[in-house]
Amino acid sequence: MSASNTAPVCRAADGALSVRDVTKIYDPEGVHVVALEHCSLEIAAGEFVAVVGPSGCGKSTLLNIMAGFDYVTHGEILLDGAPLATPDTRPRPGSDRVVVFQHGALFPWKTVLENVTYGPVVQKQLDQPAAEAKAREMLARVGLSNIEKSYPGQLSSGMQRRVEIIRALINDPKVLLLDEPFRAMDTVTKSASHEYLLELYNATGKTIFFITHDLEEAIFLADKVAVMTTRPGHIKLAISVDLPRPRNYRMLASQEFLRLKAQLVEAVHEEAVKAFQAGEREMA
Amino acid sequence: MVVKRKASLAERINKKLANKSFWRGVTAVIGFFAVWQVSCMGVLPFMSAIPTPVEVAHAFWKLLFDPKYWAGWRDSSLRVFYGFVAAQILGIPLGLGMGWNRNFKHLTFPVFELLRPIPPLAWVPVSILFWPTNELSIAFITFIGAFFTIVVNVLGGVGSIKKELVYSAVSFGASPSQVFWRVVLPATIPSIATGMMVGIGITWNVVIAAEMIAGNTGLGRLTWEAYLAGYTPGIIVGMISIGLAGYVSSGLVKWVSELLMPWKRIF
Repeated sequence: MSASNTAPVCRAADGALSVRDVTKIYDPEGVHVVALEHCSLEIAAGEFVAVVGPSGCGKSTLLNIMAGFDYVTHGEILLDGAPLATPDTRPRPGSDRVVVFQHGALFPWKTVLENVTYGPVVQKQLDQPAAEAKAREMLARVGLSNIEKSYPGQLSSGMQRRVEIIRALINDPKVLLLDEPFRAMDTVTKSASHEYLLELYNATGKTIFFITHDLEEAIFLADKVAVMTTRPGHIKLAISVDLPRPRNYRMLASQEFLRLKAQLVEAVHEEAVKAFQAGEREMA
Repeated sequence: MVVKRKASLAERINKKLANKSFWRGVTAVIGFFAVWQVSCMGVLPFMSAIPTPVEVAHAFWKLLFDPKYWAGWRDSSLRVFYGFVAAQILGIPLGLGMGWNRNFKHLTFPVFELLRPIPPLAWVPVSILFWPTNELSIAFITFIGAFFTIVVNVLGGVGSIKKELVYSAVSFGASPSQVFWRVVLPATIPSIATGMMVGIGITWNVVIAAEMIAGNTGLGRLTWEAYLAGYTPGIIVGMISIGLAGYVSSGLVKWVSELLMPWKRIF
């Protein structure tokens, strides 16, 4: 990685998320599904938090609520002290909390440049030429200089995800919400994507909420790894990762890394077994 | 980064000529005509009513100088064009509206589903009674053929839009009308293209049948008149002409679809 992968230049002053005793109940046709129950989590401004947990435990539900795509049933979420989600407010998506989805959500009919400039232009923050100039500069920073006129379908999955992260960051959000963005990638693409993401994180200091199944990915990227229980989900424990930044791949073999991993494997395995048994009960 | 470059015409022709499956295809077509020719020359008794390819070619050549033949092309094409275009103009907004607004769908969909299974040709009698001219009634039947297809495709297209696309646009600050025009509409274009492709085939089916029943002109009528006159080569020429017309129309629709979706090459 280039020399710019150094310690954070500017720590964001805002972007602190406070999840307070959140419960989310889905009630389609009278069937109660408790997705989240008494879920609490503190995320400091500029902190990189990874959330791991068994499939269907409510990680994405929490992310969707933060993004403003869904309601909370009880509890509240605050962004920099201001209520973001409460049972009484209508969910409100906004460019201060942009999501990068697992399967990607680039507009297939827009070129890379049109995709990236979409946010600033639709909000009338920048006019088209200014947005394009900014987009080119940001794309160049992640090694995507010559693809502005390509359509997303012509790019590899690694490139698509990088474009998508840039499309989110160009809006200067307070929080970046990443929902398993690297899940479907092969190992090599994945580790390259990690380095690009860390470089962008170091450069921008944005708060990042990152959902994953991959424990090594969680430890390697995050300041804090939160383990979610099986449904109804809440945060079982949160482990601080004290590996120094900038991170590099050699840390994957360090004693500290392995210790953290052992701790997480234990916690996640327990939940996975519970989830499996719950699944069998539901089938029976 | 691999960007597909369009090969030049010469390159493409050379590639075709070097391709074994291309030559197999050529052999198959020649073989088809050879078998047809030989079997009509008394080898197979039941083929005696069918004209040989040579006779057909001869009839075709004569017809090329007959203004009535070209008037047939013109009339059938116009009927298809009017019916097809009207179907798109009414059907695309209807499908988008049904897909976008649940209340609108609840109000319109039941009636739509009631009428949809009625085959276009079953509309012929009522159409003749209702419309003041023959032309209008045939164009209307053609319209029916394309209309239900495009609505069903657009409705399905709106329904299958990835919700992440809409979520993203809303996150970036798009208003509901911006989501509709800049996300829902472009995301539905591939389904519109599929609907048009299927629809154009149906309109040709329908217009030929309608002409045989109710028309005075058109390729379908010419074919039918050749049959009534016992002029078998004329029947075959009519069939080939109809096939060509359908092929050309499909090509045009495909061309328009590709213009609409530079990000995607379909079919």
